Amino acid sequence: MPPAVMAKGGSAVTAPSLASIAKARVRKTNLGDFAFRNITLVFALIVFSLVFLMAYEMYLGSRETIGKFGFSFITGMVWDPVNNEFGALPYIYGTLVSSLIALAIALPLSIGVALFLSEMAPRWLERPLSFLVELLAAIPSIVYGLWGIFVLVPWLRTTVEPALSKTFGFLPIFKGAPYGFGMLAAGLILVIMILPIITSISRDVLRSIPRSYREAALALGATPWETSRIILSSGRSGILGAALLGLGRAVGETMAVTMVIGNRADISASLFEPGYSMASVLANEFAEAIGSMHVSALIEIALLLFLVTVILNALARVVVWSVTRRFSRT
Amino acid sequence: MENSKPKTHVPLSKPIVAVHPEEVPLHGNIVSVKMIARDINAYFGKTHALRNVTLSVPEKRVTAIIGPSGCGKSTFLRCLNRMHEVAHGTMTGEIELDGHNVMEYDPVLLRRRVGMVFQKPNPFPTMSVFDNVAAGLRLNGRRDKTAIAETVEKSLRAAALWDEVKDSLPKSGISLSGGQQQRLCIARAIAVDPEVLLMDEPASALDPIATAKIEELIYQLKQNYTIVIVTHNMQQAARVSDHTAFFYLGELIEFDETKKMFTTPEKKQTEDYITGRFG
Amino acid sequence: MRGKELYFYRWRKVKDKGMTSLALFCVLLAVIPLFMIFFYTLAQGLGAINIDFFIQMPKPVGETGGGMANALVGTLILIGLGGLIGLPVGILAGIYLAEYGNNKFADAVRFFTDVLSGIPSIVVGVIAYILVVIPMKSFSALAGGVALGILMIPTITRTTEEMIRLVPQSFREAGLALGLPQWKTTLRIVLPTAMKGITTGVLLGIARAAGETAPLLFTALGNRFWSTSVKEPIASLTVFIYDYAKSPFEDWIQQAWAAALILILLIFLLNLIFRYATRGRYGEQQA
Repeated sequence: MPPAVMAKGGSAVTAPSLASIAKARVRKTNLGDFAFRNITLVFALIVFSLVFLMAYEMYLGSRETIGKFGFSFITGMVWDPVNNEFGALPYIYGTLVSSLIALAIALPLSIGVALFLSEMAPRWLERPLSFLVELLAAIPSIVYGLWGIFVLVPWLRTTVEPALSKTFGFLPIFKGAPYGFGMLAAGLILVIMILPIITSISRDVLRSIPRSYREAALALGATPWETSRIILSSGRSGILGAALLGLGRAVGETMAVTMVIGNRADISASLFEPGYSMASVLANEFAEAIGSMHVSALIEIALLLFLVTVILNALARVVVWSVTRRFSRT
Repeated sequence: MENSKPKTHVPLSKPIVAVHPEEVPLHGNIVSVKMIARDINAYFGKTHALRNVTLSVPEKRVTAIIGPSGCGKSTFLRCLNRMHEVAHGTMTGEIELDGHNVMEYDPVLLRRRVGMVFQKPNPFPTMSVFDNVAAGLRLNGRRDKTAIAETVEKSLRAAALWDEVKDSLPKSGISLSGGQQQRLCIARAIAVDPEVLLMDEPASALDPIATAKIEELIYQLKQNYTIVIVTHNMQQAARVSDHTAFFYLGELIEFDETKKMFTTPEKKQTEDYITGRFG
Repeated sequence: MRGKELYFYRWRKVKDKGMTSLALFCVLLAVIPLFMIFFYTLAQGLGAINIDFFIQMPKPVGETGGGMANALVGTLILIGLGGLIGLPVGILAGIYLAEYGNNKFADAVRFFTDVLSGIPSIVVGVIAYILVVIPMKSFSALAGGVALGILMIPTITRTTEEMIRLVPQSFREAGLALGLPQWKTTLRIVLPTAMKGITTGVLLGIARAAGETAPLLFTALGNRFWSTSVKEPIASLTVFIYDYAKSPFEDWIQQAWAAALILILLIFLLNLIFRYATRGRYGEQQA
C-alpha cells in the first residue's frame, strides 16, 4: 500500500512508491542486460561451434569414400577419378615431405632471428625488424607463388639443383634431372612462409621469460651468448609450440605450393622430382570434380587436412599456454 | 675523524670512519679491505641514482647496506659486479677489487670473483638441483664429472642444503620450497668459488624460519667469503653484519661498525632511520 | 684463474661473438626475401599499371591490353559479403569474451578461435562449397563470401576482445556510476572508445581475406565477364593473378604481376595502419 504523501495544501496524494519505481527500472535494466548478454553469448557460441560444425559437415560429405575405401584411402597410391579409384598416399606424402623440409630449415633460422630480436638487438633496431618479419607473413600466398614460378624455380633449375647434383648427386634425395619445379621448390618457399610465425611466437616466448634468470646467469659470469642459451632452454617448450604452429601452417599452405610443386602424383625419394600436396589437389580438382565419389574423396582429403591442423594447433596452444602460465606464476 | 695519511690515502668524505682506506676497524682491530668504492656516481638515463659514494668493504666480513626504498643500496650493490650495466646504467668513479679497477676487467671474469644472490630465488627452471649448482662450473668449461659432483656437494653443504636435497638431486630446481630455492641459489653462486658474495635482500621473499636459516648461513659463510648484504630489515642488519652502511637518497650517510651504528650513530639522519622516525 | 680456464675463457668470447654474428645472419636471411619479393613485384608489375588496367575488362584471348576491373569489383563485393558474416559474429563474440568472459566457456571459445585461425583457408573453402555451392547447385559470389567471412571471424573476434579489454575500467565505472545499466555502458561508452582499435582489427581481417585465393577457386570460381550478382560466379583479384600467371602469354603474365603489386601494396597499407593505430597501446603492454 503506497504511503500517502502530504502535498502542500493539505490534500493527501498517493504517489507510486519508490520501491515500485525501483523495481520497474530494475526489471527493465535486467531485461536489457539479459538480452545483451545472451545475444553476445549466442554469437560466442557460434564461434565455438564452428569448428565442430565444419568437422561434421566434412564428415558427412565424405562418407561415401570413407565407407568405400576406409583405411586404404590413406595408403592407396592410385587416384583415378574416372574409374572411381581413390588413394591419397601421394598427396599425403607430398604434404608431409614439403612441410618437414620447411620446418627443418625454418626452425633453426627462426630461433636465430627470435634470439637476435629478443636478446641481442637494441630497441631501436628490434621494432622495425619485427615489423619487417610480420610483413613477410602478410604477403599473400599467391604472390609467393608468382615469385616462386618466375624467380625461385628458374634459380633452382639453373643454379642450385645442378650444383647439388654435382656435389651430392650420389644421395637419393638429389638424384634426377633438375626441373626446378618439385619438392625442393615447395619446401623452400614454405620456409619463407612459415618463418614469420615461428619467429614471432618464439620471440614472445623468450620475452616472457623473467629477467631474473638472465641476471642470475650473468651474475654467474656467463657471456651474453651463454645467457641466451640458458634462456633458450628455459623457453624450449614454448618454442616447440611455435614449431608445431609453423608445421600446421606449412601443411595447409595451398597456392604457393601448388604453383611450384609440379603437380604430379608421384612418390619419389628425390627432392628434384615433382610432387603433389593435399592442398594442391584440392585447389586443382575441386572446381571440376566429376561425380559424387570424386567430390567425396576430395572432401575426405580436406577432412584429413582439417584434422591434422586442428591437432597441431591444439597441441601448440596447450604447450605455449603452459609456458607463459608457468612464468606468470613465478 | 679526519685522516692524516698522505699520498695513497684517499680523501674520504666525512661519513667514513675508517682510519686508513685499506684497513677498516673492527672491535678495536684493523681488518683489511677487499673492495673499495671511490666517488661513485651512478646514472640510469637521467636519474642520478648514486651521489659521490665512497665506501670500503672489509674482507671476510659481512657488510650490511641499509636505507629506505629507493635510496640506491641495490644500485650500489650492482655496481660492485657491474650488473648495473645490464640495466643500461652508467657509473663514474672507481671500484677496486684487491686494488684492481673493476672496469678494467671483463665483466665475465669479474663476476666469477664477485658473485650475486638475488631477492627472489631464481634457480634455472629447466634444470635439476644438481645442474643448477653445476651451471657456473659447466659454463667455465669444467667437464670432469667427478670434480663437478664433488664441487656440487661441497657447495650444497656450505649452503646448508645438502642434507635436504642429497636424495633429490635430479629433481627440478623449482620444485623446492622458497627457502630451499634461495639456498640453492647461494650454492650455485659459491660453486664457482667467488671471493665476494653480494646479496640483494636475500631473505625478503622468505618466511621467518627460512630467513633465520639464511642468516645463520651468512654467519658461517663469512669465514670464507666477503659478504655484502642489502637489506631493508634493520634488525637483520644488526643481527648479521659486522659493518653497516646507511644510504639515503643516493648518498652514503654513515658507515661504521654495526654495534656502534646501532647504539651511538654519529648522524642524526642515521639515528632517525634506525629508531624508525622515517622509513 | 687457472691456465685451462683462461684458454677456455678466450674460446667462450669467440663463441659469443660468433653466435651473435650467426643470429644476425639468420635475420638477414629472413628479411632479404621480403625485399626481393617486393622489389621484383614492383619491377615487373609497375610497367603494366595504368588507368586502363583499373577500369577495363579483360580482353579476349589473343588481344593485348585489357584490365581487371571486374576482378577489383569482385574482390570488393566478396569482402563486403564476407564482412556481413564476419563482422557481426566476430564483434559480438569479442564483446562477449571481453565483458562476460571470465569463465570456462569463454576460455573454450578463445581456444577454438585460435584453432579456427589455424585451419587452412582451402578447407574453409570446402566448407563453403558444402554449405552453399552444393545446395545452390552453382558457384556463386555468395559462397565465396561465406568462405571469406569464416576466415575473418578469428581475427576480428580476437582483436575486438583485446581492444575492449584495453578500455580502462574507470570508463565503465563512470558509466555505471551515472546510473547506466551494464549493457548501455558497454554499448554507449566502452564500445565507442574501443572502436578505433576494433576498426583496425577489422581492416586486418579484411587484409587477410583480400589476399586469399584457394577458397575462392571452387566457390566464387571466377568470371571473365562483368558480374555483380551474388548468385553468380564472380572474378577476384587473387584468382585473376592465378589465372593470368598460369597462362602462356607474356602480356597476361605482366598483368598478373601488376595485380600482385596492387594486392601487396593494399595489404601492406592495411598492416601499416593497424600497426600505427595500435602502436601506443602495444608499446605500453610490452613495457
